[in-house]
Amino acid sequence: MRHSGGYSADPRIRWPEWLPWLVALAGFFLLPDYLSLGARILIYVLYALSLDLILGYAGIITLGHSAYFGLGAYVAGILAAKAGVSDPLVQLAAAAAAGALLGIITGAIILRTKGLTLLMLTLAITSVLLEIANKADNLTGGADGLSGVVVAPVLGMFKFDIFGKTAFLYCLAVLFIGWWAVRRIIYSPFGASLTGTRENSLRMHAIGAPVYWRMVLVYTVSATIAGIAGGLNTQTNQFVGLNVLSFESAGELLVMLILGGVGRIYGAFVGPVFYLIAQDYLAKQFPEYWYLGIGTMLVLVVMFARGGILGIVDAVLARIAKRS
Amino acid sequence: MESLVPSIVSVAFHGAALGMVLYVISVGLSVTLGLMGFANLAHGVFAMAGGYILTTAISRFGVPFPLALALAFVGVAVGSVFLERLLYSRLYTASDLEQVLFTIGLIFIAVAVARFIYGTLQQPVVLPRYLTGQFSLLGRDFPTYRVFIIVFSAAIVALLWFGVERTRWGAMVRAAVDNRAMAQSIGINTKRLFTLTFALGSGLAGLGGALGAEIIAIQPTYPFENLVYFLVVVSVGGLGSLRGPFVAALIIGVADTACKYWLPQFGAFPIYLATIGVLLWRPMGLFGRRV
Repeated sequence: MRHSGGYSADPRIRWPEWLPWLVALAGFFLLPDYLSLGARILIYVLYALSLDLILGYAGIITLGHSAYFGLGAYVAGILAAKAGVSDPLVQLAAAAAAGALLGIITGAIILRTKGLTLLMLTLAITSVLLEIANKADNLTGGADGLSGVVVAPVLGMFKFDIFGKTAFLYCLAVLFIGWWAVRRIIYSPFGASLTGTRENSLRMHAIGAPVYWRMVLVYTVSATIAGIAGGLNTQTNQFVGLNVLSFESAGELLVMLILGGVGRIYGAFVGPVFYLIAQDYLAKQFPEYWYLGIGTMLVLVVMFARGGILGIVDAVLARIAKRS
Repeated sequence: MESLVPSIVSVAFHGAALGMVLYVISVGLSVTLGLMGFANLAHGVFAMAGGYILTTAISRFGVPFPLALALAFVGVAVGSVFLERLLYSRLYTASDLEQVLFTIGLIFIAVAVARFIYGTLQQPVVLPRYLTGQFSLLGRDFPTYRVFIIVFSAAIVALLWFGVERTRWGAMVRAAVDNRAMAQSIGINTKRLFTLTFALGSGLAGLGGALGAEIIAIQPTYPFENLVYFLVVVSVGGLGSLRGPFVAALIIGVADTACKYWLPQFGAFPIYLATIGVLLWRPMGLFGRRV
């Protein structure tokens, strides 16, 4: 049972697909002390979904996805802290619009290239944004970060509380919409053409598909979702630091997605859950070993388990099915 | 105008030193990419290792500077052979994504190991007496160490170019870059060639890291922070070529120094913009061949 989508796959939602939402709701009621970690996980799931769309499905290798996340985070933060716009949905819409705008501009430019050049361009774009955020410190707070982010109650009713209850449910709702949109895209003919391009771009050209424009479109959608995730990150932390734009953050996101399983929707769910929970436990106790752990994990996954955690689950299930 | 000339000379001089270091570090990456099509993002790890070997050898064991430089080269080259045989060689046929992830994983590991052994502080470089001070030329004073960097790197570069253009090994490397299958079919042991070339490229990176330890600070985040620079040199210069990255490294060294000198408020911003511009204008780099 690979939820990898595709035009020929059955698009109906199967029962295991409701499991993540049940787990999230159960977590909300049973683990009230971990809601801020939970909100962080939800944000990173949304962020990983956006990366999965371009990396896993369309096969665009990028090292600079943090550009869109960071831009969304800073747009929401600057609106809230400097421009006095405190409505969370307006902030989120602005973050999404900023992500989309940067996505379509940069996508239209860089998707003409491929391979190392593409990789390099994604990295360079993120570096440019990082430099801007670092140097424009009267707007972004520079290396000290942007604090004083004010977020009004959602829809005027639900106030962000110190326990993170509102933040958690708010992130969950946004993630649900994001998941629904990504799922629709993946099961559509458009989604099938993305997978087709990943597998054989030459043939997609040969059957007359407008490959370039489809790539630009999916890149823009992905950048929009990443922008929203960035906006959510600002709203729940009420702070924006330079690290949202760093190469390490883009690298960590890649690790999460690969760990879960790339090119499948629920890989983007499983990866961040494992990664962030492990980080919460281990990074505090053994900060020196944390990076060693991620690095080793990444090397092992590439060497031995290219499908990530869900790939291992698949293999185990297949073996059980064979035996019975 | 009178005050402009000395500053131009100074920027060109320091830029050339930085560019030379960048070239010695990055040339191995260019060759690995051209020869094996392997996107080794962890190349900076070798440079960092070279830097640590040099600083440790000098400050803890009192090894003389020239010997420490040689140790950095040999140590990194030998270490890289193990890495190549054990890990890299399994991924030559893997997809770009897997190579990228694997090498990012190596960076994470290297950062953690460096932090574990040396802590987060920058490693001080203790230079021998004869390389400190000023060197006067045409009525101007230049820091002796930077002059040494330029002269020494130029010698290395000349040696490398001679090796690739004039020796049998170089002819085999060039043949394998052009057409690996054909090279193999006429009896070139490409596997061994890869290992040797990889070791040489990594060793050079170690040497460059050690040589430039005073310019590019040796600290655990080195492979992350300077990755963009090494990649810019290679992608702007053109893959698999020796001359392209040389020109690119010099341009970037001088441009970076000039930006820091005259436009410090912009940081490295203009360099990245220029890189984007060049890559859009010529996606294969300034001297890259169309594939």
